[in-house]
Amino acid sequence: MAEAIADHADELTMLDQAIGDGDHGLNMRRGVEALARKAEDIASGSLPEALTSIGRTLVMTIGGASGPLYGTLALAMGKALPATPTLDEIGEALGSAIESVKQRGKSDGGQKTMLDVLIPVHAAIASNVSRPLEQLPVIAALAAEATIAMKAQRGRAAYLGVRSIGHMDPGARSASLIVGAVCRGLRGYGHG
Amino acid sequence: MARKPNVGIVIVSHSPKVAEGASDMVRQMVGDAVPLAAVGGNPEGGLGTSVVAIVQALEQAWSEAGVAIFVDLGGAETNSEMAIESMPESRQGRIVICNAPLIEGAIIAATEASSGSALDVVRLAAEELLGKR
Repeated sequence: MAEAIADHADELTMLDQAIGDGDHGLNMRRGVEALARKAEDIASGSLPEALTSIGRTLVMTIGGASGPLYGTLALAMGKALPATPTLDEIGEALGSAIESVKQRGKSDGGQKTMLDVLIPVHAAIASNVSRPLEQLPVIAALAAEATIAMKAQRGRAAYLGVRSIGHMDPGARSASLIVGAVCRGLRGYGHG
Repeated sequence: MARKPNVGIVIVSHSPKVAEGASDMVRQMVGDAVPLAAVGGNPEGGLGTSVVAIVQALEQAWSEAGVAIFVDLGGAETNSEMAIESMPESRQGRIVICNAPLIEGAIIAATEASSGSALDVVRLAAEELLGKR
């Protein structure tokens, strides 16, 4: 499992290519480039250590609100996960990490944020979805699509009010890309 | 020194220019009477905020009486919260993020701080400005 983190560099490059514009794309790129530079170092630790290192790196390098939010997600998961977790344990850790992100962003589901992807992904894991590595990216992508119809209530998009309706939330999009990339990486390692 | 130290002020903007300008305006008002630090820009110097830079600013403007932070947009607040959490625990309780307009808030707070007011009074003074609008 810890080896899967080494694959992050490539996964995150995919992520990088997928969101190439706007502040969020640039900020996320800076974060994942910093991760790619440290990939070997990150992969040498246990899974919790790797997630903690990823979280710290994102907090320090992204420079936008997504730094603390994704950083908190990774740090909280690193804190909650054992070295070789079961799917149930991953679900529980994601659940508690989502609570940390909610606190950090003072937000909740339905406000057109990354939470609108993370919450349904967590729900799917908790309900023992069959073939998670295939299903979760689809669930995440559909959840990101669903933010198109939402009105932004957090972040700078909230200033747009109803004009934010009709655009996919970039944070939801990046969260969906990350879910997809992680599942792809894990499939590559034959976990299942 | 017989006198108690004054509350410090930290300004966090997405823009390095706004941070610098706001800092100039505070200095014009209170001179060197309060510890002051201003930061703006992401880790590459573009628009954004940096946790590392905010931590440095908190250390630079540190006062035993505490520090009041003023922020512009959402990410500045979130990154300031992260910065506070990476400060020593003994200091964390003496750092507050004020819910006030960046420039007006910082100037009111610095003026209040320069007369030796405690952190909660400095914060109240800055936040009352918002209530009056």
